[in-house]
Amino acid sequence: MSDHSNIPRTKPRASATFDDYTLSEIRRAAATGIYDIRGAGAKRKVPHFDDLLFLGASMSRYPLEGYREKCSTEVVLGTRFAKKPIELKIPITIAGMSFGSLSANAKEALGRGASAMGTSTTTGDGGMTNEERGHSIQLVYQYLPSRYGMNPDDLKRADAIEVVVGQGAKPGGGGMLLGQKITERVAAMRTLPVGIDQRSACRHPDWTGPDDLEIKIEELREITDWEKPIYVKVGAARPYYDTALAVKSGADVVVVDGMQGGTAATQEIFIEHVGIPTLAAVRQAVKALQDLGMHRKVQLIVSGGIRNGADVAKALALGADAVAIGTAALVALGDNDPHYQAEYEALGTTAGAYDDWHEGRDPAGITTQDPALMARLDPVAAGRRLANYLAVLTLECQTIARACGKSHVHNLEPEDLVALTIEAAAMAQVPLAGTDWVPGRNGSF
Amino acid sequence: MTAPTADATFFDLAAAPLRELNSALHKLSADTNETYWKVANPAGRHAVAAGLDVPVTVEIDGPVGYYCGGMNKQARIIVNGNAGVGVAENMMSGLVHVKGDASQAAGATAHGGLLIIDGNASARCGISMKGIDIVVKGSVGHMSAFMAQAGTLTVLGDAGDALGDSLYEAKLFVRGSVAGLGADCIEKEMREEHKALLAAKLEAAGILGEVDIGEFRRYGSARTLYHFHVDNVSSY
Repeated sequence: MSDHSNIPRTKPRASATFDDYTLSEIRRAAATGIYDIRGAGAKRKVPHFDDLLFLGASMSRYPLEGYREKCSTEVVLGTRFAKKPIELKIPITIAGMSFGSLSANAKEALGRGASAMGTSTTTGDGGMTNEERGHSIQLVYQYLPSRYGMNPDDLKRADAIEVVVGQGAKPGGGGMLLGQKITERVAAMRTLPVGIDQRSACRHPDWTGPDDLEIKIEELREITDWEKPIYVKVGAARPYYDTALAVKSGADVVVVDGMQGGTAATQEIFIEHVGIPTLAAVRQAVKALQDLGMHRKVQLIVSGGIRNGADVAKALALGADAVAIGTAALVALGDNDPHYQAEYEALGTTAGAYDDWHEGRDPAGITTQDPALMARLDPVAAGRRLANYLAVLTLECQTIARACGKSHVHNLEPEDLVALTIEAAAMAQVPLAGTDWVPGRNGSF
Repeated sequence: MTAPTADATFFDLAAAPLRELNSALHKLSADTNETYWKVANPAGRHAVAAGLDVPVTVEIDGPVGYYCGGMNKQARIIVNGNAGVGVAENMMSGLVHVKGDASQAAGATAHGGLLIIDGNASARCGISMKGIDIVVKGSVGHMSAFMAQAGTLTVLGDAGDALGDSLYEAKLFVRGSVAGLGADCIEKEMREEHKALLAAKLEAAGILGEVDIGEFRRYGSARTLYHFHVDNVSSY
């Protein structure tokens, strides 16, 4: 027999296809027979704003002085039909997140932080709470397929109405909030028994398409005497056509939510495999508005994975009027804070990766209805953190805008951008860095 | 219900826009003397008398389009004609009475009040209803009471396919045939308390005694889908 002991062994090689996460999910699925449900948005790496770079001014452009010259940030939403458009001091809003999914303290903190910076928050499935209305100087009331808690009094108390057709995390899908988060208060607001799973419908029950939506919007305007801006929110899937149809339906504002946008609870496979990246959606939505002659007349809010002032500036440069943040706002409040690392580990995860928001056991007290956990979140301190974060996003966006020679962040334009990758260049319709090549230009789009 | 006694305030939608009508109705105070409105020539306009919040009567002579009486509170709205999609959508309280037929999604997502339809209602009647009482003297179409959460749907005629699909706690009473039941919807025993509940709804609709309560059958949720479980996957 030959001696093989001296033959070098091949180093164990993990499969790129069957990576550790995939293997663990197969084992979990085999053990339970149920697909994984979680919160948050897509975690896989997709082309994003990081794949774009700004061209700061040199010879051909003239920059503004960073700490002296003014760079305005205000944005007006709802100038098309509404008697009372929304005037925000910064082009960053808080995306819709429901009471029920979030604790009352978290909703209060969102209101405090946003109001301190002169921007709006948005309700969600479950309706409007007094805490939120009381702390949000400007509040957008979502009109959702489930119509949980929907009533005309709250419509009239709102500053704008957002008709939610879809979310970036799950275009075409509904939600599933497990029964353990359904306290008496949450259940009462949704007219459902305590403790049962809450299915959020995937489609509006009383209209079936854009022609109906136009009539629905007319009804909402009639009920509120044409005062409030009507937003239409779509999950990014076919943003060119969805934006065009939202405009046709009478929207004052279109909200396009990319696949990195968060959700309270839905299937992991849905979050990761349905919809398109935010970067891919912006330009198509803007093109629809431009083709209709409605760019800047119908405002565009972009959301889904906005993290810093560069993301904000890039979305605006591509043609958005404002951005909305959800997951980042929760992190600013204290979501996934390393302070609770031991407790995250006890839940089988780690600070930074916790996403079982539907289970109601959030150590940070944000995505829970457990009174003891909720009490951990000080809404005043958390609101201050959010205000600080919004201030940083704004300052960062202004810094970039000044470097590009802009006295208002809305003056940023695609001309200020180049792409690091061919994919990003094609999606954003800006040149590949160092070239004048825009994939698809003069060809199909 | 009391019959209107005040002189009517007339509004002709052929002569003035809907916006003026709804605006005038929204401006009424709770103690208004204009408690009885007659609306002529609706001609299928949408959102007629939507968003009212005063105890007045609005009688509409002719057919209305979508969302007549949408989100109504307190008001009595009578349609002397047919109603389009979503009549009494998300109503909170009060009454909407359609003297003719109603299209799809009648009473959808409504939280309270009473919707009476003298004729037939089309598909998806009472879809996602959240506390409204609906009485249909004719028949209802398919997928009626889909995801209905609370309230009652009383049908003197027949019901179409998939009645009560994914039902929560709403109570359904049907006198005629049911083409088919949706997921998690089952026929349930008609006990005395249910007969009393049905009688109350018929009385509210002004037809108690006109039909035999014994002819109705009750349908409700089997509650097997209240918690997601893989064993129920064939129901989804």
